[in-house]
Amino acid sequence: MIRLEKRPQPSRGWSIATPLVAVLATMLFGGLLFGVLGTNPLQAIETIFWEPLFGEFAFYYRPQLLVKGAPLVLIAIGLSLGFRAGIWNIGAEGQYIIGALTGAAVGLAFYPLEAWYIFPLMVIAGALGGWLWAMIPAFLKVRFGTNEILVSLMLVYVAEQFLASMSLGLLKNPEGFGFPGSRNLQQYDSAHNADLIANTGMHWGVVAALIAVIFAYVLLNRHMLGFHIRLTGEAPRAARFAGVRPSRLILLCLGMSGALAGLAGMFEVSGPAGQVSIDFNVGYGFTAIIVAFLGRLHPVGILLAGGLMALTYIGGEIAQGQLGLPAAAIQVFQGMLLFFLLALDLLTNYRIALQKPEVA
Amino acid sequence: MDLSAINPVLLIASLMVAATPLLLAAIGELVVEKAGVLNLGVEGMMIVGAISGFAIAVETGSPWLGFLAAAVGGAALSLLFVVLTQVALANQVASGLALTLFGLGLSSLMGQSYVGVKPPRMAELHIPGLSDMPVLGPILFSHDPVLYLGVAIIAAVWAVLKFTRVGLILRAVGENHDAAHALGYKVVRIRIAAIAFGGACAGLGGAYISLIRVPQWTEGMTAGVGWIALALVVFASWKPWRVLLGAYLFGGVTVVQLNLQAAGVAIPVEYLAMSPYLVTILVLVILSADKSSAPAALGRIFHASH
Repeated sequence: MIRLEKRPQPSRGWSIATPLVAVLATMLFGGLLFGVLGTNPLQAIETIFWEPLFGEFAFYYRPQLLVKGAPLVLIAIGLSLGFRAGIWNIGAEGQYIIGALTGAAVGLAFYPLEAWYIFPLMVIAGALGGWLWAMIPAFLKVRFGTNEILVSLMLVYVAEQFLASMSLGLLKNPEGFGFPGSRNLQQYDSAHNADLIANTGMHWGVVAALIAVIFAYVLLNRHMLGFHIRLTGEAPRAARFAGVRPSRLILLCLGMSGALAGLAGMFEVSGPAGQVSIDFNVGYGFTAIIVAFLGRLHPVGILLAGGLMALTYIGGEIAQGQLGLPAAAIQVFQGMLLFFLLALDLLTNYRIALQKPEVA
Repeated sequence: MDLSAINPVLLIASLMVAATPLLLAAIGELVVEKAGVLNLGVEGMMIVGAISGFAIAVETGSPWLGFLAAAVGGAALSLLFVVLTQVALANQVASGLALTLFGLGLSSLMGQSYVGVKPPRMAELHIPGLSDMPVLGPILFSHDPVLYLGVAIIAAVWAVLKFTRVGLILRAVGENHDAAHALGYKVVRIRIAAIAFGGACAGLGGAYISLIRVPQWTEGMTAGVGWIALALVVFASWKPWRVLLGAYLFGGVTVVQLNLQAAGVAIPVEYLAMSPYLVTILVLVILSADKSSAPAALGRIFHASH
């Protein structure tokens, strides 16, 4: 008879090992899935995890790793703060879109003026846009006790419609021959989030992501607010006795995650994506949820997890081109990863004990 | 703009069609939450139901088999949630999100060869006499059988929760799982059954979209209906008949905005398309003051130490 015994404290060893085991399990079952789809499983796994890093065209794919990893890390860091305190912002995709729109709008408003202050203003506008969009669920939660999960998610659909309206209307390129989408910011020097060192993929978003990691690490380990966040998540009652004000925490956590998601959107639209278009968002806001959990809600873990997830994106694209693996297979693969992670977390918090059945 | 083109009888009839997927998904989730489990994977189970139902209906030519497959598909996906939350004792919010993310990916993988295919049509009911009545005929008596099944499920859930022993036990488990366990009820088994029922209902709701409402398969076609269904359960204060009311309200908003789009109202299409989501938020705000009717053990992890 197998029984579960709750550990007095989560196991440190398992909490580091579970993400690794989960990745291995995902590779195994993902390989099976690819096999069922008629692709050679070993070849598929190799293409996804090896090719982008060490393959023949790695010089092209490695910069992509930074380009795809930066928004994931930036968003996931923000989400992890809230998740730790039991505040569930799952509408990062919406905040990402709004940040991109406000950031791009500020840039486009200055066109064709060239000046050094345009890009910093866009950064501020992007963060502000994401922050404002996240303040809607935060305010409703604090003021009316409305469920932030549902509100933040509903706002993703609203943001998507808003994006469509903007790229067909207000922000549409007046010289675009009627095609939807804004002017290309890559061709507007003052607003272009270019590679800091050419062809490395190292743009301002990557710098911001690294700063966010350090910031979150310091916040959680060295700052009172970080302690309050962790305390609220682990022992809400104790937190209340310790004088933590839940509403302040909700506003701060949702606000920070919104601002970071908005930044991610702004860096994407002014750099790799280049223009506001109906479908420029590719679901980073949702994948970042997986990244946050895979990184165990720890800043350094998130950095590594963001890199791994970016790898599956790029490897997935290569596998699509070379092996004809469907794009959705990678989405399933990423979803699987979250499953194994959550399931294996059992080992962190519980001990599995073998026991003879006893008579009650 | 030509509002006179909107026919009120057709409007109400299509409102009921638009409400049915929501209604099915929401009544399933209501049972799950009554058992004390919060499954945020409704959207994922719906979309998997939508494609399983669609695929089987196309392959067999029978919409009925399609709906059966959708229920099985939704329930099968919900068993993954069971493994995570009831066996591995994982956080229910995170597990529900995982289910949705996984379901969206899985459905687009399954649906690749079904894009642009036309499904077999399910014949609408025709009751001689009743269906031919003016006004009431098209509104009440000329729909597909699944729409009536949805209403019947609501009635059944209401009756079971209110009048039967099974319903009482289910509610006990949702209010206080430790007490229910001490009384000798199998908390985990009851919850598994509830989750599977919720999955089957969500699957049916998804298939209703892909087989009857639209009817075709496109990726991500549930477009947040599963999330609105979750909001609907809160709106209904966990009461079955209010789910029906809420679903018709949301169905009404959807249909009216679609009709206004078609009529060419001066409001841009995108802003009209936002309206169901904004109404959901508004309703949540109005109703969130009263949380007293939520099951007390909702979302809490049950671990029997003895």
